[in-house]
Amino acid sequence: MSTAMPPLRPANGHAATLPAEKRDDIVVDCHIRELYYGSFKAVRDTEIPIRKNSITAFIGPSGCGKSTVLRCLNRMNDLVRGFRFEGHVRYRGRDIYAHGIDPVAVRRFIGMVFQQPNPFATSIFNNVAFGLRLNGFKGDRADKVEKALRAAALWDEVKDKLNKSGLSLSGGQQQRLCIARAIATEPEVLLMDEPCSALDPIATRRIEELMTELSQKFTIAIVTHNLQQAQRVADYTGFLYVDTTQGGRTGYLVEFNHSKHLFEDPQHPHTQQYIRGEFS
Amino acid sequence: MSSAAPVAEFPTSSPLFDARAGEVTQAPSRGQRIFDAVFRKTCHTFAWLTILLVGFIVARITAAAIPAIHTLGLGFVTGRVWDANAGTYGILAQIWGTIYTSVLALMLGSIFGVAAAIFLSEGFLSAAVFGALKKFNLHLKPVTLRLPDQLERLLKELIELLAAIPSVVYGLWGIFVVIPLIRPWCNWLHAQMGWVPFFSTDLSGPGVLPAVLVLAIMILPTVTAISRDALVSVPPKIRMAAYGLGATRWESLFAVILPAASRGIFGGIVLAFGRALGETMALAMLVGNSNQIKLSLFSPANTLAALLANNFPEAGPKEVGILMYAALVLLAITLVVNVAGAFILHRAALMQSE
Repeated sequence: MSTAMPPLRPANGHAATLPAEKRDDIVVDCHIRELYYGSFKAVRDTEIPIRKNSITAFIGPSGCGKSTVLRCLNRMNDLVRGFRFEGHVRYRGRDIYAHGIDPVAVRRFIGMVFQQPNPFATSIFNNVAFGLRLNGFKGDRADKVEKALRAAALWDEVKDKLNKSGLSLSGGQQQRLCIARAIATEPEVLLMDEPCSALDPIATRRIEELMTELSQKFTIAIVTHNLQQAQRVADYTGFLYVDTTQGGRTGYLVEFNHSKHLFEDPQHPHTQQYIRGEFS
Repeated sequence: MSSAAPVAEFPTSSPLFDARAGEVTQAPSRGQRIFDAVFRKTCHTFAWLTILLVGFIVARITAAAIPAIHTLGLGFVTGRVWDANAGTYGILAQIWGTIYTSVLALMLGSIFGVAAAIFLSEGFLSAAVFGALKKFNLHLKPVTLRLPDQLERLLKELIELLAAIPSVVYGLWGIFVVIPLIRPWCNWLHAQMGWVPFFSTDLSGPGVLPAVLVLAIMILPTVTAISRDALVSVPPKIRMAAYGLGATRWESLFAVILPAASRGIFGGIVLAFGRALGETMALAMLVGNSNQIKLSLFSPANTLAALLANNFPEAGPKEVGILMYAALVLLAITLVVNVAGAFILHRAALMQSE
């Protein structure tokens, strides 16, 4: 960290603790001290509280580790060889990185939607029912599938062709199918890693509307490269930046606040520059 | 090219524009155009030559077989007795032996081949090696960093090396190693469970089982190499989707990755089946060359390829025609298998994109 920069957070606590708000509605309490891929330090000092039924956006320039932070929250990074994590991520009062916690179980409670639409090469119905089967759901599958497709605003478009391949849909439809697949098992938290970056503006708009609706029922964390998107949908926004002073490219959280505050009155010079569009 | 050429074709007769002085961009030169045309023509010629060659081979075999087809007719394919002295020729037993040994070898080879492909493509080995290195805190050293992947590649190449062993060596190995090794077990099985059709005879030497075992090893590299390629080319995003939904490694493997790679794996199995049907030398040495149709794994049998190899040396003009007829039948079987395989693959592709 260069000495010219103002301190990242006030001395009395971390910047992410917002005044006049209780901490007991935090669903996922993410506290990354250091995160390594092999010997590469990818992220440091990032504390982000993710609150119930809210949308939290992570923004920042390319390579700042915002996707890495997101993937930390459901242990997807465990699939990367050489991944090492110091800190804690608390969910339902337990550190998901604690000894004896099964990453597979974590991912069932904390679902994920990816950057590229990635439906399986099977029917639309089977795509949505996949998670139900995994979880050994014994009830009415067709009902759950319909509910998930309705919640993902896809039902009317696919109700007559549930047996068609998921790959036959358009890009935007495929992404909504992936959202339906992720929410079919009703996980508490939904992580979305740049869910609109492969979509056209109209499809993007639909997904954004969908996110706002889904936040009634789910808690959502989203990574986005699109500042307007974060401004439109997110209740809270965290800005991450790359620290190159120590030789590597290590991402860290610069500022976290209500989206309104962060975009209208950014406190940190880096955030101000980024929001003004001076770099991206 | 004449002016009647389709509009879409690149003009080869004159440059599109006259290059201005000092301009770097140029229309293709005369030399480039000639080279392009010659290259294209050469490729065409060789492609057609290959097709012509196949046609020529089939035509010559058919021509040589025509006298035998006239005299023996379809009875040749349905007859069970091959007795050159009595003048009776039937190849049903050989057809049975060909298909029976190939199918059994294919089942065995596919199970082990696909299992090996999974082991070598899904990172089981490299994860284990990485874990072991990590215990000694060696996993980030430059020397050992790439060791897991290198080991995996080494193993893959070792399996592919199985394809480089000559067929006659496999035959010898079968006679001197496999048969003595399995004989006591086979005879024990026959003694204990002789009522099971598969164990209804004893193994006195060459027979179906040793031939099947060796054949399975021979087709293993084909199945493994092609299946591994298919598994590796399953897009990572599909794997991530399965893991992201909370699937375990096995769940994602069986529910997502294997189905996505199934077409490639099936293609490999069809190719291996073709190889098994035509395999000659090892089978001629191991199968026993006895014309009988039995379910028993331990009885000797015969295959079309072995029949051809064994009978050509002392065949007169009439026998050559008959053997050509048998060769034509073998050709037809492999053709049917390949066409059926291609058809199933095509249907699977259609169903996946629908």
